Amino acid sequence: MNKLARWGLTMPATIAVVLLLVIPVVLTIATTFGEAAGPFSTYTAFFKSGFRMAVLYRTLQVALITTGIALVVGFMTAYVIAQMPGRLKSIMIVAAVFPLLTGVVVRSFAWLIILGKNGIINNVLMSVGLIGEPLSMLYTQGSVIVAMVYLFVPLMILTLVGVLEGIPRDLIEAATSLGARPIPTFLQVILPLAAPGLIVGAVLVFTGSFTSYATPQLLGGEKQMMMGTFLYQRAMVTFDWVGASTIAAIMVVITIGVVLIMSRMARRLNPMAV
Amino acid sequence: MATRIHPILGAFAILVFFFLLAPLVIIVGSALSDTTFLTFPPQGLTLRWFANIFQMEAFRRTAITSLQVALLGTGLSLLIGIPAAYALNRYRVELPRWLSTLFVLPILVPEIVFGFALLKSITIGLGLPVFISLVVGHALLILPYSVRVVGASLASFDFSIEEAARSLGCPPLKTFMTVVLPNIRAGVIAAFILAFITSINDVSISVFLTGPGISTLPIQILAHMEQFFDPTIASVSVLLMLVTVGVMAIVEATLGLTFLTK
Repeated sequence: MNKLARWGLTMPATIAVVLLLVIPVVLTIATTFGEAAGPFSTYTAFFKSGFRMAVLYRTLQVALITTGIALVVGFMTAYVIAQMPGRLKSIMIVAAVFPLLTGVVVRSFAWLIILGKNGIINNVLMSVGLIGEPLSMLYTQGSVIVAMVYLFVPLMILTLVGVLEGIPRDLIEAATSLGARPIPTFLQVILPLAAPGLIVGAVLVFTGSFTSYATPQLLGGEKQMMMGTFLYQRAMVTFDWVGASTIAAIMVVITIGVVLIMSRMARRLNPMAV
Repeated sequence: MATRIHPILGAFAILVFFFLLAPLVIIVGSALSDTTFLTFPPQGLTLRWFANIFQMEAFRRTAITSLQVALLGTGLSLLIGIPAAYALNRYRVELPRWLSTLFVLPILVPEIVFGFALLKSITIGLGLPVFISLVVGHALLILPYSVRVVGASLASFDFSIEEAARSLGCPPLKTFMTVVLPNIRAGVIAAFILAFITSINDVSISVFLTGPGISTLPIQILAHMEQFFDPTIASVSVLLMLVTVGVMAIVEATLGLTFLTK
């Protein structure tokens, strides 16, 4: 009875995930090995093609830069929030959550208004007289990164506020009372304790920006094709489904690889674990 | 932590919040602009762009589809997610560990890959209607929220209360409904909200699962933006932000917003 119950209760969700996620994704990846030119021919074609590798490098680059900036900005902000008194802290958390709950399309769209030819930055710079012609800031790597950082900083802040609040105050007080100056306290006490949280945040931001679609579509366009937009273009514009599946397989391998390696690292770095 | 914050760090945090909130203010401003192009600060104030949304059938129709998909998808994911979360917590020792990994797969697999795989296998392979594929896809995408968030509530639930009810002769389903469910109410509400918001804002899956006459609101916004760059989009965005405000008000009233950092 008990055995029946516990399997019965997990069964619907298990079947749903296996049938609708695992099998479709595995089948999609499987089609990439069925080419007449040999099982790995589509991958060798991918890695030999300058254009396709450029898309992969660009995506990795954007995701890494976004992750780096989000880590620094998110950590500093979360540090300030964690030390605020109760009321102010809740207001700051609300201010960070609100953009997070607002959709990707809306948040990316805001940057079209800001960075566009008739956008705010160009208008201000022209009225001040710093530039004569509007700058073209859209459809550059910079515009994609700015919007991605905007997208992911709230996520980083919220991840890290929880982590920083979990650091026992006694430890910091102990370091201070033993004569540690603020910077060594930070480097030797706070940072190591926050490391697992920083890794979790970094993984979330990296995988999120590496696989994003809407932001590179709106702010990068054709010129700044990234893996997500590339997959969509291959699948829905040129109907090259094997090509699209190859991109999908590479994305799956990289994301899951990063998650596995980083979560192992987080576990090893955790000084609270024995 | 009672340490004082360095003024430079404090100023930096203020700048970050300006960076986070200013773009949203800019959207509201440009939605009110009395011009046919997007601009900020608004030139003249008008609400006609809001009226314009309601005159455009495509926005009305896709908004309704989005709402239906979000409600059905969230309902479905809770329906299969809550029993799974319950079993994972109640029979933790007896169930294999890969099971809980399985339920986070929808987050682990890139959304855009999942969308493409669904299109290939469900919509085209099995020939299911686009609307059904959308609901199923969204339900699966948000399943991890149902399992994890409800699971977190169950982790602090004292199962001996349930056993007490059962040993007094209460049938299993009734026990769950009257004893377990009220105790994990907060988790269920939180899961519902997170799932609903995720579904209503989703692009990466929906972008593959739109067919003739059927699309969701974010996809319609993207399509509209490719042709027009007028304040209509800004006013739709404002309406979507109002939905977010509504959701946050619900969270605050039921759980308290500090819940979100836990």
